[in-house]
Amino acid sequence: MIPLPARRTVVETEASELPARAGELLREGHRLALVAAHHDDETAPGGRAVRVVYLFVSGPPDVRVELRVRLDADDPRLTTLAPQSFATGRFEREMRDLHGVVPLGHPLPRRLVRHFHWPRGWYPMRPDAGPPPPFAEPEGPYPFLEVEGAGVYEIPVGPVHAGLIEPGHFRFSVVGETILKLKARLWFVHKGIEKLFEGRTLDAGLPLAERISGDTAVGHALAYCLAVEEAAGIGVPREARQARALLLELERIHNHVADLGALCNDVGHSVLNAHALRIREQLLRLNEETTGHRLLRGGVVLGGAHLHAVPDAARLRALRDDVRQVADLALGHSTVRDRFTGTSALPARVARDLGCLGYVARASGLGYDARIAHPFHAYDEPPTVPVHTTGDVLARFLVRAEEIDASVALVNRLAQGLTSGPTTVPGPREDAKTVRSGVGIVEGWRGTITTRVEITPEHTLGRVKPVDPSFFNWPALPVALADTIVPDFPLTNKSFNLSYAGNDL
Amino acid sequence: MSGVGVAAVAAQVLVVVLGTPLLTGLMRQVRARMEGRAGAGVAQPWRDMRKLLRKTPVTPTGTGPAFRVAPALLVATTAVAAALVPLASTATPVSGEADLILVVALLALGSVALALAGLDTGTAFGGMGASREMTVAALVEPTILLAVFALSIPAGTTNLPRIVEGALHEPARLASPAGLLATAALAVAVLAETGRIPVDNPSTHLELTMVHEAMVLEYAGPDLALVELGAQMRLTVLLGLLASLFAPWGIATGASAAAVALGLVLFAAKVAMLGAVLAAAEVFWAKVRLFRVPELLAGSFLLALLAVTSSYFLGGV
Repeated sequence: MIPLPARRTVVETEASELPARAGELLREGHRLALVAAHHDDETAPGGRAVRVVYLFVSGPPDVRVELRVRLDADDPRLTTLAPQSFATGRFEREMRDLHGVVPLGHPLPRRLVRHFHWPRGWYPMRPDAGPPPPFAEPEGPYPFLEVEGAGVYEIPVGPVHAGLIEPGHFRFSVVGETILKLKARLWFVHKGIEKLFEGRTLDAGLPLAERISGDTAVGHALAYCLAVEEAAGIGVPREARQARALLLELERIHNHVADLGALCNDVGHSVLNAHALRIREQLLRLNEETTGHRLLRGGVVLGGAHLHAVPDAARLRALRDDVRQVADLALGHSTVRDRFTGTSALPARVARDLGCLGYVARASGLGYDARIAHPFHAYDEPPTVPVHTTGDVLARFLVRAEEIDASVALVNRLAQGLTSGPTTVPGPREDAKTVRSGVGIVEGWRGTITTRVEITPEHTLGRVKPVDPSFFNWPALPVALADTIVPDFPLTNKSFNLSYAGNDL
Repeated sequence: MSGVGVAAVAAQVLVVVLGTPLLTGLMRQVRARMEGRAGAGVAQPWRDMRKLLRKTPVTPTGTGPAFRVAPALLVATTAVAAALVPLASTATPVSGEADLILVVALLALGSVALALAGLDTGTAFGGMGASREMTVAALVEPTILLAVFALSIPAGTTNLPRIVEGALHEPARLASPAGLLATAALAVAVLAETGRIPVDNPSTHLELTMVHEAMVLEYAGPDLALVELGAQMRLTVLLGLLASLFAPWGIATGASAAAVALGLVLFAAKVAMLGAVLAAAEVFWAKVRLFRVPELLAGSFLLALLAVTSSYFLGGV
């Protein structure tokens, strides 16, 4: 009844066997959730090496399989898995840019993180990297692919945008108003979060995890806590798990409400945005009463949860009715509906191939949800997971509107029997003097967040690798936009609403 | 006689220039209140204008005369149009020149100047905005012309003051099918020409969806103030034209100073009311997809064509 952290199967494998092993797991229906490189020194069990961990998961039932490969510490190379899994190819590029692990035979060996000005030969995740060197010899040109042809022109947008938007550069190749190709260049806000985790105490890692992506404080904090609790053997009382599940839904509700309004605003129907923002403000105040923070920071703590108050069911229901009205007004407006319908459709096959997660995947017919596949709490009734199949802006709008409904119902069920105050049992932390690892998988409001943690024998963080669903979903945006017209880009972008901060780490 | 006429023209231009930011402020305020927001107040566009005028002029490198001349040209053409259109009085020294085709051409000249300025910047946004603006303009100008032709058939002239005087003496013309169809056609054309919802969204920050704003993205400081003033003045003049053609009551036809004063007050009231109604209506509308804009404008062109046809057949008896 009580879901323990699911057992992970660990498979140590040779680099040469990796493609075969990974291919087998992918064919069995697992998805790649995370790839993390580790730089082991001489004191590590296997000696000095670069150790790469591939985490494959599937569910239900909750299955987690880890492939571990050890590479030469001075010349780390491995065979690429990109032909078998697109997402893996992106992880490999990220790993090469930050760790210097070379993927051999990669079909798209372009840089991902390293912009023009990055110091050549400096890999920040290596243990001997030290502080960033001065801008001396830059990494060098980082060109965009040029689309040639009669009447093709380029529109460069960003990285600085109008409005409060995070930095990202979009390069449109356009004929007339039709988008031929869009390239989204990110990683303008590389903050070195993975490096910042290293050496922190387990408790000091939590505030950092909460700040990986400001709008996903609960999601990332919870994924971090689940991973650390598994690694350190910390037990979590049932009531605390229930409170965590509740906080996760509160986060989903306030983000979805804001985006429903923003989608209406992007088609010039700002009155609904004004109302969505009014409702969101009420939700943020409710959040503040619940955890002491408008964006729900401080609610999830290591080994438990801390509620200042339990949200009132009647109030939430009233707000839900308000949101329903806003959504109905939007869908009943012929122009708004026309703008949403058929705009930037993401086919299910593409969403599956790219490994899309969250509402983006659910709007394209893939009903994957970590609350069902990898539950950390035994829900009395499994959460309702709305799925649509058209994959357009309308489908993403509908999925999110329906998720608000489902989440309010879930919060009200979860609130029963909860009391305010800290629900942590400060149990003994296992005192083993070895390196231990843990994995946390959480369905945040944007999609599935996976965090893998390794803690040192001294009980500090050795390595933390958080993966925001945006990392998987960003490549889907240009695909959905093919043959869409330029003025529909902002609407499409808003309907995906991907995180830059969570992606750029 | 001519003293009052000259004063009337001067007053028309002055009221349009000084009052136009207030009209914008009023429209924003109406919208804000209807959306449940507090709003920035009616005088905010004036404060914005003052702020922009105090800034150091900046022009992007590589831009030529088209970019520098456009703001002044936009304001100048619109000011001349404001002098020509019988907003408050039909008996002015320029009323003989106040030809409908001239007014439409003046407004088009302002549009073209801005579009050229947009192209002159050499940025993708300038070109994109200019291309969209010209597409819209090419569809709007014929509609405006046709709609006013429908009204000029009963008057037997394209001279605006004479059309307005005719309507004043014979109000039944306004309620005729031709008059109503022309009103509807012109109203849609005004929305498109001034970049309002559902064609363009004047309050958006999303560069890629802009029409008018995309063209003028490179302007800053006093130039931007002029461009904004010019764009707002066009809205005032076009709403004034709409009011003069379809609700001409109160417009002075003689040389009486009191009548001109009354005409000015009524002009301000009519435009304020039209602006408020437009702002209120916009709350309930959304922006149509760019490729639907031609459909909308083709519809309004059809209305104008029907207006001309019915004016010809019904009025010719």
